[in-house]
Amino acid sequence: MVAERGWPVDVLPLPPLLHNHPERIAGEVDELAGELLGRYATVAVGYADCGTYGALDEVCERRGLSRLEGLHCYDIYGGADRIQEIFEAQPGTYVLTDFLVRSFDRTVIAELGLDRHPELRDAYFAHYTRMVWLAQRPDDELRRLAERAAARIGLPLSVVPTGHTGLERALEILLTSTAANPA
Amino acid sequence: MTSPGMTPEEILQKMYDETLLGNAPEVLSLTHQALELNMEPQTLLFDSLIPSLEEVGARFERGDYFVPEMLIAGRAMAGAMEVLRPLLAETGVQTIGKFLMGTVKGDVHDIGKNLVNIMLEGAGFEVIDLGVQVPPERFVEKIIEHEPDIVGMSAFLTTTMPMFKANLNALQKAGLRDQVIVMVGGAPVTQEYADAVGADGYAPDASATVKRAKDLLQKKRALVNA
Ligand code: B12
Repeated sequence: MVAERGWPVDVLPLPPLLHNHPERIAGEVDELAGELLGRYATVAVGYADCGTYGALDEVCERRGLSRLEGLHCYDIYGGADRIQEIFEAQPGTYVLTDFLVRSFDRTVIAELGLDRHPELRDAYFAHYTRMVWLAQRPDDELRRLAERAAARIGLPLSVVPTGHTGLERALEILLTSTAANPA
Repeated sequence: MTSPGMTPEEILQKMYDETLLGNAPEVLSLTHQALELNMEPQTLLFDSLIPSLEEVGARFERGDYFVPEMLIAGRAMAGAMEVLRPLLAETGVQTIGKFLMGTVKGDVHDIGKNLVNIMLEGAGFEVIDLGVQVPPERFVEKIIEHEPDIVGMSAFLTTTMPMFKANLNALQKAGLRDQVIVMVGGAPVTQEYADAVGADGYAPDASATVKRAKDLLQKKRALVNA
């Protein structure tokens, strides 16, 4: 997306599995930002709050950084209002993104230990009633993987096409709001 | 398989180790073996199962264990509790209090809550679990029905934490607020948040919950008897 839009930005990822250990996100961001602020004029944080429950905001404030708006990535892809509707309609909704669909075996099955302990399925998902895939760039391969993911857990799948506009808009806001960081 | 002829000390140690590994069938078999040797249910609980689950919690804190390890250990202990529960009741061990527990409306995370329940039971509380997605009116209804000493509310999402306040308001309105101690918990919850919504107690993990619950209960009883 950065290349498509020709944004003059380098993207430096942190490990996605940090989401399962949200208490570490703020520290990792802090460390990386500290390193990058010496090298770049501007540093922005490509996380929402993401379960840091405010800890990330503290880092951003202290370092003069901006982050993506919202509570988690689902808000960004689907729009906070739509996500709220989805959860209000069925609280037992498990949300998928393209990333989660593609990496489901690793980020969900393996991380929750369901590969080693399939008997834990109910301990995790007994109260769930459906999966909702926020489809950003659906193609046949992703569609197949999304169906497979839902089938592995044994939940019906709904597909909500969201496109990429949510993330693109959030990034646009982030990049335009991020003037050079204070030195 | 357990080897026959183990001493009580060996059984306690093995039970501790196997609970740590989440080996439920082995823990169950050790429980039966211990009972055959006339070991006390309380001994199994306090000298093996509870310390083991406390160590599980400590490993989780340190990042050595993640959720699945925690879950299977909890299940191993819960399996032993099934056998010990009726025996504990028989030996006339007084329940130290009644604890009503539920995950708030809109939230279906329950792993943490279930672990807390296991530890509370182990410590001698009678636990009534309302499950997940418990709306305020159900908390009210069940408090009237069961008259618990403590009500525990669990929440995991930023979007469902405000339900604590809604629940507390509902208790107030029903005139029940002063009858019960209210404890809140769950990954996003902090002491500050608990204070802000007007809860009586908070705890960051299962063993801290047991300690805090006992403290709060003792204080309340001292007040009533004063
Ligand atoms: C396991 C997990 C799940 C499992 C839940 C299975 C289940 N049956 O509970 C699954 C995979 C199904 C799941 C689903 C979702 N999850 Co989730 N989940 C987690 C995870 C990784 C661990 C939580 C856990 O079980 N920890 C283990 C237990 C033992 O610890 P604990 O919960 O903290 O409990 C202890 C204490 O809190 C305390 N305690 C607990 N309750 C109580 C109550 C009282 C009264 C007291 C005193 C103490 C107390 O004692 C417990 C024992 O020591 C966390 C991230 C994290 N590391 O915290 C995300 C996390 C909570 N989930 C999150 C999200 C976003 C979701 C989903 C929306 C994701 C999705 N793709 O759809 C859905 C929610 C759906 C819904 N409708 O609720 C976010 C929340 C972010 C936010 N800002 O709200 C987190 C923080 C992950 C993240 N970084 O984004 N999740």
